[in-house]
Amino acid sequence: MKAVYGLYPSGASAQQAVNRLRAAGLADREITILSAQPMEDFEFGHIDKATYMWWFACLGGLVGMSIGFGLSWVTEMSWPINVGGLPTWAWWPNLIIIFELTMLGAILATIITLVVTGLLPSKGQTLYDPEVTDGQILVGVENPVDSRVGDFQKALEAPNGARVKTL
Amino acid sequence: MTHPTGSQINRDLLHPLFNTSWRFYLLVAIFGGIVLFGLATWFTQTVNGYGVTGIRWPVYWGFYVTSFVFWIGISHAGTLISAILRLVNAGWRRPVTRCAEVITAFALIIGALFPIIHLGRPWLAFWMFPYPSERLIWPNFRSPLVWDFFAINTYLTGSLLFLYLPIIPDFAIVRDKSTGLRRKIYGALALGWRGTPKQWHRLETAMQIMAIAIIPVAVSVHTIVSFDFSMAPVPTWNTTIFGPYFVAGAIFSGIAGLLIAMAVLRKFLHLEAYLHPLHFENLGKLMLVMALLWGYFVFNERLVTYYGNEPAEMSVYWRTQSGTFAPLFWTMVICNFVLPLILMGIRRFRTITGCVIASIGVVIGMWLERFLIIVPALGHKYLPYSYGIYRPTPPEIIVASSTFAAMALLYVLFAKVVPIISIWELKAGEHPSPELLPPATEEHRLGDLHL
Repeated sequence: MKAVYGLYPSGASAQQAVNRLRAAGLADREITILSAQPMEDFEFGHIDKATYMWWFACLGGLVGMSIGFGLSWVTEMSWPINVGGLPTWAWWPNLIIIFELTMLGAILATIITLVVTGLLPSKGQTLYDPEVTDGQILVGVENPVDSRVGDFQKALEAPNGARVKTL
Repeated sequence: MTHPTGSQINRDLLHPLFNTSWRFYLLVAIFGGIVLFGLATWFTQTVNGYGVTGIRWPVYWGFYVTSFVFWIGISHAGTLISAILRLVNAGWRRPVTRCAEVITAFALIIGALFPIIHLGRPWLAFWMFPYPSERLIWPNFRSPLVWDFFAINTYLTGSLLFLYLPIIPDFAIVRDKSTGLRRKIYGALALGWRGTPKQWHRLETAMQIMAIAIIPVAVSVHTIVSFDFSMAPVPTWNTTIFGPYFVAGAIFSGIAGLLIAMAVLRKFLHLEAYLHPLHFENLGKLMLVMALLWGYFVFNERLVTYYGNEPAEMSVYWRTQSGTFAPLFWTMVICNFVLPLILMGIRRFRTITGCVIASIGVVIGMWLERFLIIVPALGHKYLPYSYGIYRPTPPEIIVASSTFAAMALLYVLFAKVVPIISIWELKAGEHPSPELLPPATEEHRLGDLHL
């Protein structure tokens, strides 16, 4: 069996399903939850919140800043033209280039972090049901151990309005 | 006031994507025709040379640079306003943000096109790129035009990504509702979105970081555009006020552009249940604040020039105040200050119609403002030998006008392929009960925030 899951009409019933799966001995990382909107009103919506994205954004900004500095320094020093009496490498005008590339670096690093940590599918985690789009909340277990499927089904069926499916 | 929920939101906002009326084809044909005419005119100008325009010594910047500054200004509506509203967690932003972000993306693309049109030899635009050529000639990083290149490209990249990120969950919705090739295309655009708590958290964190990063970039872009002028020894240009003056003007015209777009979308896509009069009222109040700020900047700029009493500057001053350019100057004052002050200041007039009339006035007024900064000063510099006049020719007028049709065309096409209001963000605004609302997600609901 590839997966066993339930579809729930409300966040409260989905929360019950998650709690029952936990009581059945599953860790949070073994439970799949899918919803058409962020479910921050419920405890299960706060699973897996920790991220290093801010740090990667800062790192990207530092890389961008270095590129901006290096680009302006190398090009201006290798072709030293006097412009309006300014020093060959002048801080004020080059700060603009450095600032823009710093921000660009931070933005690109954020996007790369999002794609790598949030969008690339993890191995064996492909469970999906198009009914999620219509507002159903999916709670399930992917690749369950066959001997435990009955326990999981029972846990998923318990909350109000549950519709349990297997793949 | 009705509040659609759940599947009703899906039905309403996906309707334009799956159903095409004759109006869509008509609009595409009209706007597309105007854009093609504009492109053909640009092509003719490129083939025949820059002599077909009215741009000649001493006025080397005319309609094209005016339109460049104007469109970059309009682009400030979206990402900047959306980023600020996201950061302050204003609940009423939800139906507004995407309409706004789209304006930024398209206005920037159109705005960035004008320096290329203005080049005369557009195939040499790549000279601005910092690439290692055979002769090791690099762009001059001390030139404001190169600053423009970097600032606009950073803002464009950031704005396109800022627009794309919150569309990903909506692409997944369209994917699930589609079949065949459309399903494959939207599936690819959704980047494998499933809606796990991890994905939601990563997306929201990314949006927060982008919102924080994009605000200083947006401010820098129009400040740098103002540097194109204020770094030059031209009467009335070399002033420190231009940076904030341009940023304020950009936000002002941006809000006006956003209000017009929202009113048109509301009318033609029947989004009355989503874009409420309150959204217009709140943005109208913001426009009123910006009108006052604009008036404050113009007063400062004028008074300082007047007291400085520098002959070349006074000459430009009087040309705009009571000379050849006076009719345009006073039209600008009426459009940018008097009209919004009356229509947005008096509550009875702060309706959707009132907002649209004031916004059209502001768009006209802000285009005139840029024209009045550029042309009178360039035509009347320090010595009489550099005095001259500028008369725009039909190619310039056609190319500049066709960009308004280009904006409308891009907007119509976008609204056809992407839900113009963020579906998941609207749904996220529906909380089951106030007791369940964690303090961290507390926000200003629709109607609670009176600017």
